[in-house]
Amino acid sequence: MFNIIQRRYLYFAISAAIIIPGIVAMLLSIARFGTPLRLSIDFTGGSLMELRFEKLIQPGVVRDVFVDNGLGDTVVTTAGDERTALIRCKVLEEEQKVQLQEELRQRVGSFEELRYEMVGPTVGSEVTQAATVAVIAASAVIVFYIWWAFRKVPNSLRYGICAISAMAHDVLVATGLFSLAGLLFGWEVDALFLTALLTVIGFSVQDTIVVYDRIRENVPKRRGEDYETIVNRSLLETLHRSLATQLNAIFVLIAILLFGGATIKQFVVVLLVGMISGTYSSIFNAVPLLVVWNNGEVGRFLRRVFGSASHATA
Amino acid sequence: MRQRDINLLVFIVLLSAVVIWIALPDNPGIHLNLGSLRIDRSLRFLSGLDLQGGLQVLLEADVPADQEANFDARTMEAARVIVENRVNGLGVTEPLVQLQGARRIIVELPGIENPDQAIATLRETGLLEFVEAGRTPLREGQLIRTSLDVNPNQVFTTTQTVTPSVTTAPEVITATPTVTSSQPITAAESITGTEAISLTEYAYGGRVFPTLMTGRHLKDANVSTDNMGQVVIAFELTEEGSQIFRDYTLKHVGDIVAIVLDKRVLSAPVIKEAITSGRGIISSGQQGGFPLEEARKLAIQMKYGALPVPLKVIENRTVGPTLGQDSVQRSLRAGIIGLIVVLLFMVTYYRVPGALADAALVIYALINVALYKLIPVTMTLPAITGFILSTGMAVDANILVFERMKEELRAGKPLKTAMEAGFSRAWTSIRDSNLSTLLTCVILYWFGSNYGASTVKGFAITLALGVLVNLFTAIIVTRTFLRFTLHLTGEGLHKRRWLLGT
Repeated sequence: MFNIIQRRYLYFAISAAIIIPGIVAMLLSIARFGTPLRLSIDFTGGSLMELRFEKLIQPGVVRDVFVDNGLGDTVVTTAGDERTALIRCKVLEEEQKVQLQEELRQRVGSFEELRYEMVGPTVGSEVTQAATVAVIAASAVIVFYIWWAFRKVPNSLRYGICAISAMAHDVLVATGLFSLAGLLFGWEVDALFLTALLTVIGFSVQDTIVVYDRIRENVPKRRGEDYETIVNRSLLETLHRSLATQLNAIFVLIAILLFGGATIKQFVVVLLVGMISGTYSSIFNAVPLLVVWNNGEVGRFLRRVFGSASHATA
Repeated sequence: MRQRDINLLVFIVLLSAVVIWIALPDNPGIHLNLGSLRIDRSLRFLSGLDLQGGLQVLLEADVPADQEANFDARTMEAARVIVENRVNGLGVTEPLVQLQGARRIIVELPGIENPDQAIATLRETGLLEFVEAGRTPLREGQLIRTSLDVNPNQVFTTTQTVTPSVTTAPEVITATPTVTSSQPITAAESITGTEAISLTEYAYGGRVFPTLMTGRHLKDANVSTDNMGQVVIAFELTEEGSQIFRDYTLKHVGDIVAIVLDKRVLSAPVIKEAITSGRGIISSGQQGGFPLEEARKLAIQMKYGALPVPLKVIENRTVGPTLGQDSVQRSLRAGIIGLIVVLLFMVTYYRVPGALADAALVIYALINVALYKLIPVTMTLPAITGFILSTGMAVDANILVFERMKEELRAGKPLKTAMEAGFSRAWTSIRDSNLSTLLTCVILYWFGSNYGASTVKGFAITLALGVLVNLFTAIIVTRTFLRFTLHLTGEGLHKRRWLLGT
């Protein structure tokens, strides 16, 4: 029988190699923007205009129009075609917006308004509140769900904690990547990011539970085998299902990413990354963690790391 | 094959036929007229603003601190009715005007061409005028120029067809010493049957009619009944208004004084007698008086013609038509490619059962599309993503079953037993995994509806619908198909193992 569990520390190292840059990105974001992820106007309030001009434009020229009207903290970026400007500024009054666009037409050139969004500060803080409640509620529901699924298994707490660790892994991978993209490409968290994240959490837990379900089923059936072998067997038995299901979802998401609309690209990327991470973490983190815990390897591992560290300093 | 399975198969075939018909892109809709039962439903997709372009704006009552006391739900409802009337004047198809919470109105105008002008129109304070029309028989809904030309450019430009009301006997104004049995108008009564008369041209070649008074001079207007028991509108003027109206009516009995809101004629009654007390009634010249609804509408428009509270824009989302059009085509293509990939995967990986699951998946997709039209679910980009994602997840139940089936076959069980065991033993896993997705959807739906983010809501709805429909197609439909195939092929299928993907 092929032994997947054996190389568990390699898998943990791979996870760490992906998560740590993400955490660094979040720390850098906190230093730069005050939050681990760049927040969109959905949360902060503000205005966003996407305008497609008839000729090539310089972002600085567009920005000057706003600066001259007392909107100093306006950010203008151009999309790939050098004609489409994405303008972020503070909340504009309706009259102010009309006047600014009129001035843009005169000073920069005529354009088509692709998109305009304005979120008032009150609405922004309400969205932030609703989002916080949604995240807390979702976490509570998932923890309750795990408890319910494993209420009859011995060591149910252990399964629960390992499943939640795998879930945290996926959240960290997705947010870390998003934070990095925020630093590099200016990606901003909106309501849809949260939607993607909650969806990923749901799927991740469900994937883990299918494997755990099989372990639960196999433990009484194979009394002669040691825990590690049973866990490995259960993993192999459910591997086809996990891969087949997740591959389908991943294929579909890749199709949307490649051929779908431009405005939901970031949403789909978060779903896709979360889905891949969820598949990985169920197989390579959630299950090996059970074995690590069962064998009492944590203490041994810590002793080894810190033991060798103290040797090195000595 | 038991009788139950045959019944199920017939049901599935019939259901498929119905959902295919509903899902047809050029479905004419259901228009039935069975005596008292009338069904009139068009079966089309509702596209969200991100797909067809348009404007979504959240208006909030901007109440000064000293007027908080006068502000209540009625005021807000009155404001909503007025905003709705103005929206109707814009000539947008399927607009939405809804109260949200205690002091907000959400307005959605799909496909609007000039969003900024639309917002200005919604927020403007309406101007009510009493206009001297002399002997010119003005008609309801006509657009006229008046001497009080505040902003001559503020005209709704629309291409809607003109449906001027039929010329009727002119309404009349009479004096009333006391308003008898005045029936209070509650603002909660909505105005129905608004005729969208949208003349873009001024009537009478742009002749300017002199303005006698404005809404400032009107104190109150109510629906009432006269001595004959006919429905009339009783109005009361302010002191200054009474003075002006008395002087005018004394000299102009027989003339018409038109009541005009935003340059549009609401009513053009003839002065029957001089009104000296500041109280008068408008009665219909027609036999039987005003229809009650019409009277209410007129009274509300006179009374609340101007917005009762100023409205402030606190959220605005505008999508240009180009972006939307592009998104529709891209999403369609992505959806079809995604579906094909899943279909191919299932048939290559699981062969005959996979092909049957594919058939079930196609039925799944059609049922979903039909439900979107029936419920109806507004299609937005995230909603479409939710649907496409659910298609990818839909085969999960099949995969769980088929993997169980393969295990049972490997353990040497006969095909039929293996199949039934596959379905029954995979059930707990299927139930658990779908439950967690449904719970997530419930939370997302709550989050989305709590602040009007229809995008998040759309995703949650299509994903949840997908999960529910999938429980039917992946289990019942696929199982019926499998039983039927087994019945046809017998154990022949068992011998050709590669057909089962083992």
